[in-house]
This record gives sequence, structure tokens and C-alpha cells, in this order.
Amino acid sequence: MAQHESTYQPNTGVERWLDDRLPLPRLMHDQVNAFPTPRNLNYWWTYGGILTFCLAVQIITGVVLAMHYQPSAEMAFDSVEHIMRNVNWGWLMRYTHAVGASMFFVAVYIHFFRGLYYGSYKAPREVLWILGVIILLLMMATAFMGYSLVWGQMSFWAVTVITNLFSSLDSIIPGVGTAIVEWIWGGYSVTGTTLTRLFSLHYLLPFAIAGVVVLHIWALHVPGNNNPTGVSVKQNSDTIPFHPYYTTKDMFALTLFALLFAWFVFYAPNYLGHADNYIEANPLQTPPHIVPEWYFLPYYAILRAIPNKLLGVIAMFGSIAVLFLVPWLDTSRVRSARYRPLYKWFFWLFVITCLVLGYLGAKPPEGAYLTFGRIFTAYYFIHFLIIMPLLGAIETPRATPKSITEDVLDKASKGDGDAGAIAGVSGAPAAPETR
Amino acid sequence: MATDQSDSTRRDFLLVATGAFAAVGGAAALWPLVDQMNPDASTQALASIEVDLEPIEAGQAVTVLWRGKPIFVRHRTEEEIKLANEANVSDLPDPEARNADLPEDAPATDINRTKKDHENWLILVGICTHLGCIPKGQRLGDKKGEFDGWFCPCHGSHYDTAGRIRKGPAPRNLDVPHYEFVSDTKVKIG
Repeated sequence: MAQHESTYQPNTGVERWLDDRLPLPRLMHDQVNAFPTPRNLNYWWTYGGILTFCLAVQIITGVVLAMHYQPSAEMAFDSVEHIMRNVNWGWLMRYTHAVGASMFFVAVYIHFFRGLYYGSYKAPREVLWILGVIILLLMMATAFMGYSLVWGQMSFWAVTVITNLFSSLDSIIPGVGTAIVEWIWGGYSVTGTTLTRLFSLHYLLPFAIAGVVVLHIWALHVPGNNNPTGVSVKQNSDTIPFHPYYTTKDMFALTLFALLFAWFVFYAPNYLGHADNYIEANPLQTPPHIVPEWYFLPYYAILRAIPNKLLGVIAMFGSIAVLFLVPWLDTSRVRSARYRPLYKWFFWLFVITCLVLGYLGAKPPEGAYLTFGRIFTAYYFIHFLIIMPLLGAIETPRATPKSITEDVLDKASKGDGDAGAIAGVSGAPAAPETR
Repeated sequence: MATDQSDSTRRDFLLVATGAFAAVGGAAALWPLVDQMNPDASTQALASIEVDLEPIEAGQAVTVLWRGKPIFVRHRTEEEIKLANEANVSDLPDPEARNADLPEDAPATDINRTKKDHENWLILVGICTHLGCIPKGQRLGDKKGEFDGWFCPCHGSHYDTAGRIRKGPAPRNLDVPHYEFVSDTKVKIG
């Protein structure tokens, strides 16, 4: 796929001159305009573009907010209110940035579940997947640091709790954990010193994410896109050029996504936040009920499910780390869950597990909530470590189509219900053959 | 041939020597970049504070700030002391006293968590040893947990009337800081 012949034609003298010196137009033409993309991608494949949009929105609004924000313990909380009340359009910038973080995670989680459903992590896309997990980790670090900058009660205590995770290393080598935590804090507790360095890193990390995104797209463009059948591209008729087919589809999906985004920004900007964060940080009082932002709730439930500090921390980080191993834990030869009768069910069971863990993470750590937290935490790991490797051995996959073209044309002629709505919108029958 | 060989050895030596020099230099340049994040001189300047115990009635507790940390000062009642003494030290999740003024292996008896002849005063760093929240139990209306000491609302750790962890995810007893009684009604912390 990536080895496809360049079809770039420099037509003017300027283009020819530049093509000999910095062939950037050629790169854009071959990797964006003409890039051969499977003709059967459904709407779950539009989240890559949506995520790029989210990153751009966060960087642009973030740069603007940094022009008005003061990263000191004395000024931080007030400067956020200053942005909200005094700065021209400050309310819009801040709400877009805050809601944007949530939208970013909505999109990234859908993107991950898409990958898990269609086996997009399998050979030859392991590196692509691993880069995705690295981006997720960077996003989490960035989101956490950004949340701390508001310097409300939830901000302050979230920083306290999360930085203290490292003190669990004390139970391996006494003193090391404490030394690391004091190094992060720059003191003996969370103070303005800590806030300033979190601000510095919060500004840095999005650009690191942008860098890894470039690698992610590069790693995508070597094997090319996976697709709903999971069958590799075999012939020219399996693909259509990215532009105008997928640029249009991506733009349409992005517009719908932007509607949801705008609804939150303009009608429910604080719905996804926590009221306690409108109380300024107080190092002498922990709020009665600490909860992280919604996108961290499942991990928080895992952390609290285990009654041992170090093991709880290991399980929490392990819940992400296990994703790195997914390409090798899944032993099935078939990529797409569409042709995996058992995996399909376990996939949805896993989605439910994540949602339930999210619900439990918001509840107080006692009684039945704790019991269920333990059951679902166990199942989270069982899914990856036991079910995934086992299914490859015991499951009999259904026959996969010979090619993408065959699958698409079969469906079009039979009016198959499976992806009927999707096929209808994407206009698969109308998609012309590529030359 | 001989010249070639000695040339190649000389090159190898220069390569390794230069590489090693650069690595040491690089590491040396890295250290200030790492160490700048550690607590600075103004933070390290060890402040100590004095607390007047006179106005604190039995059953009451106050929280004071020392080195940016909350310090719990609790004037314990007879029942609370009795309750703390009833616990069997070997059954505790953390059997060590965690008292900065005692050796590390001192057992977590009630007397080792306080000062002799001042057993009614319990002075602790009020930071949950799990993930650093401030446990509830200082105010009269607070939930004090199943052992009537402190309860950390973040992740459900229960501490007893000697500040020892009894139930929940916290790994250690609440720390006892350095302190001394300047007079019968005044302590110096730090």
C-alpha cells in the first residue's frame, strides 16, 4: 500500500522547482489526496480525523488560555475566574478547552474500541497500535496536569492523590517513593511550586502528542488502513483514493461530532466537571468525596478495588500497560470480530465492564460498590490475559470474504442488513473503481 | 599490516575514550536539570512551630500547619486511651510505631505513639499514608471510622485512637513527627 507508485504531477515550474528541493507537495498528494484507502470503511473509521481536530482545538484554545492564566498558588484560581469574567471571549476559550478534554477522551475511547473490535492491532499494525497506547498515556498525563491548573479543591486533591501513587514504591525500597514524590512536589506537600511545574509540562506535552501522532500516521501509512472485514487489500478495486471520498466522509462525521461538542460548550459546560472545583484549593481540608474526571473513573475503580497500596497502583497502571501486549495476547488468525462469533460477545462484555468500572469509580469505596469493583477489575484483566489468548484456540471463525471488493459487491447485490445503513450512507455501490 | 592494526587500535581507543567522556559529561549536565526540581533551600529551611495546648479540652482536636502539612493534635479521653491499649500490637496491619523520636523497629504500642506522662496527647502528621488525603475525625461531627480515630474518605482507610491503620488500603500508621514538650501546656513540633 505504502509502496504505491507516486502519482504526483508537478504542473508548474514552481512545483517542479520545489519538487527537486523539498517534495512536500508530493508527500501530501501521495499520502493524503491519492492515498489508496479500503472502500468499505464505516463511520467508526472517522475518529482518527476527529481526534486530530480535538488535538488542534486543545492546542489553540490552550495557547490562548496561557496568555491570561497565572500559574501560582496565589493567582491561579483567581486568574481562571478572571478569564471567565473579564477576558474577551475567555469563557468560550475555557469552556471549549475543558469540554474539549472530555470530547478528546470520548473520541479516543471509541477509537480504541474500534481497534479492539476489528482487530486493528494485529500484524502488521502492532507498532501503530503501540504508538496509539503511548498517545493515550500522554493524553492522560496532559489531562491530569491541565485539571490541576484550575487549583480548585478537586484539582488540588487530585494532584495529591495521584502524585502520592509514586510513594507506593516505598514498600519495595524504603525511602525511594518518598524521595520521588518530594522531587515531583518540590517540597513536602503539594504547593504553588508544584503547580508551576505542572503548568510547564502541561504546555509541553501536547506538542509531544503531536509528534507521536505524526509517527502514528506514518505507521498507519505503511500497511494502510485496516477495514471492517479485516481482510487485507489485495487489488486496486479494493481501494478508493482518500480524497475526496474519505475527506468528505470524515468532514461529515466531524460536523456531527462538533454538534455534540458545541452542545456541551454552550448548554452544559459544567456538566462533565465537578462543582467542588469551584472552591479554591485548601491544603487543610480534603473534600468529603474525591472523584477524578469521568474519563479516569474506570482506572480509579481499579485502584481502589485492591486493598494493598502498591498492588492497587500496579493494577491501575497495568490496566493500560496490558494494552501494549494486546497484539500478542490475541492469538486468533482472523482480525475482524465480524467473523469471530465468540469474540464478538466477549468484546461487548468488555465494553460493559469498562462502563461499570466507570460507574463504580464515581461511587464511595464501600460495601457492594467495593465488591463489584473487585469482580469487574478481575474481569478486566481476565479479558486480556485469559480470554483473548484462549479464544484463538477454541473459536471457529466464520469464513472471511475473499476480498474487500467481493464483500462490498455481495452486500450491495443481496441488500445484506449487517451494514446496510452504513453501506447506504457511504454509497458503497456507487463508489467507482479506481484506475 | 602491523601499521594498519595499530592504527585501528588507536582509533578504537579514541572512539571509546571520547564516547566515555561524552557520556560522563552528559550525565553530569543532566543532574542539575533533575535536581532543580527537588525541594529548594527556602522549603528545606526547617521551621519548627510551638503549639499551645491549654485551650484544647479532652475530646477536642486541633489541626496546625507545619512544613505545609497538617498536624493533628488530639487531646484524648480516658476511653480513647483505653481503646487504643486494648489493641493487640501483633495483630495490627502495621506493627511499627512510626515515631520519628523512636528507633525504626519500635512496636506500635500506644505508649510508643505518644510521649511518656503525656499519653493523653496524640500528635500526628494528618496525612493518610495511602495517597495523601487528610482523614476525617478532627471535628466533632466528623465520621471517625470503625475504630473511633480517623477515617479517610478518599479510599476508606480506618485509623484507631492511636492513629494506627486498622482497616483499608493505607499501608502505614499515621506518622508521629519530632516534637517535645517545652512545658506542660506547650509543645514544639519539628
